[in-house]
Amino acid sequence: MAWVNQDKCAIVGVGSTDYYVRGKSWPRTINDMAVEAIMNACADAGISHKQIDGFSYYSTAGAGYLDKFDTASLMETLGMPHISWSATLTSGGGGCPGAIGLATAGLMNEDCTYSVTLMALQQLPQHRLGVVFGSAAPNPENSFLQPSGLVGPGHLMSVLARRHMHLYGTTQDAFGEVVMATRANTHNRPKAVRKEPLTKEQYDASVMLADPLRRLDFCLETDGAVAVITTTMDRAKDCRHKPAVVHAAAHGGQREWGRAFAWMGMPDPHFASSGHKFTADRVWAQSGLSAKDMDVALIYDHFSPMVLMQLEDYGFCEKGEGNDYVLSGKLRYDPVTGKGVNGGTPVNTHGGNLNEAYIIGMTHIVEGVEQVRGTAINQVKDAEFALVSGGPASLPVSSLILRKD
Amino acid sequence: MTYGPARALPGDQIRITTNPDTEPFWQAAKEHKLTACECGECGHFRMPPTAVCPECGSRAKNWPALPGTGTVFSYAICNKNPKNGEDYVYVPVVVDLDGAPGTRLNANVSGCDAEDVHIGMKVIVDWTPIQDDWVLPNFKKA
Ligand SMILES: [Zn+2]
Repeated sequence: MAWVNQDKCAIVGVGSTDYYVRGKSWPRTINDMAVEAIMNACADAGISHKQIDGFSYYSTAGAGYLDKFDTASLMETLGMPHISWSATLTSGGGGCPGAIGLATAGLMNEDCTYSVTLMALQQLPQHRLGVVFGSAAPNPENSFLQPSGLVGPGHLMSVLARRHMHLYGTTQDAFGEVVMATRANTHNRPKAVRKEPLTKEQYDASVMLADPLRRLDFCLETDGAVAVITTTMDRAKDCRHKPAVVHAAAHGGQREWGRAFAWMGMPDPHFASSGHKFTADRVWAQSGLSAKDMDVALIYDHFSPMVLMQLEDYGFCEKGEGNDYVLSGKLRYDPVTGKGVNGGTPVNTHGGNLNEAYIIGMTHIVEGVEQVRGTAINQVKDAEFALVSGGPASLPVSSLILRKD
Repeated sequence: MTYGPARALPGDQIRITTNPDTEPFWQAAKEHKLTACECGECGHFRMPPTAVCPECGSRAKNWPALPGTGTVFSYAICNKNPKNGEDYVYVPVVVDLDGAPGTRLNANVSGCDAEDVHIGMKVIVDWTPIQDDWVLPNFKKA
């Protein structure tokens, strides 16, 4: 059954700061970057930032991994006269596109009129995600994980990738192709951190950090901020750009995935998956669409194998066939035709977390908006539907389908 | 790739904490007894230990002695000590525990070269003293 809020709201503004290599944003403060992104998003929408009356966060309102957003502080900083919606999804980056669904809830409940969703990330030496897990005092739950030395997200993901290789014969060549295919989309992007083409020889020479994963299978560590503005369709008509219509949005997941690699308790076949099957099924049910209807897929890529596993969970290929799907070139974008390659759906036409910048998923939403507006740098020809995913991580993970107006 | 012998991470750099739900597991480990949390009503096993049974909602718990053996479900090979960044080959393993269906432990495996660890490998518990007089269940090749 179609989602009751289908096509009722739209993303009307996107804004960001420059993207900085980890730690290089200093001496800017994280709030300085956050408010720049908000003001840029409002300018893009053609509204004043003083019209914002809603905040729809994810990652438990985290700004990076140690900082927190505070609505009261942001509205004082920006001079917003009042706010009537301030809410967050829980857990981490898995909720990123789901926060647009949260914004829709606030808008359709008439709690707010313009909602901002944002992330800012500043990885000063003591804030590095890779060391946050390992340096945290072990609580009673992670006392069952941390002593094993699985302390960084890359360690955790490598265990899932290994199981996928064991069950389905998946190869490291496919992980490399994920990185190379999306790297090919950044050469013409001024703000991208990694722009030079990547060869297979360079990938194979990348240092093994957590076998079977190499350094280049890990996403970038970057600083910066991104904000997007969501409003109702009637208000969206008065904004500067064509609305990116919120066609479907879901967050959550099922018990078998649960805390996922924060514990490693998932039974097969969930263990060697992205944990997205549940929200994938929800957005397909909400929209009546399926993977083949997507013109472009913005897939959360903190680690390359998790792109392959999401493609399976969303049904771009069958479970266990991600290796062959990826290696047949189907993630690639052909700039000559403006279409996919070999019948595939272009993935991460912006370069993703692996190559452009890592702002915990927000850049994927921005690219989805630009694709359905028709203004993307690597524009997919006649793009009507864009899929955006968040996670894979402890639940909730989330999904979003944006539609051209 | 060739890594050489897999070693458990040094116990003197490992800390744990407990709460009333998890402490019986760690008290048993101090006595070199491997256990898992079993529902006292329906017999369902769960790990890590939590307040109620996810199947039947009961708060009753048993802590049976397990055989101490298991099977490698998945693993990674790491080559830096996470505390100090020094070269150190260790293999985090996710182990399916015999005698407690559906439960796993995350640990290190030793007793073989890292590159010889494989999914399906049989392992047996190997106790590692850690900080604050606790004892950690690791595994060695059976
Ligand atoms: Zn029970």
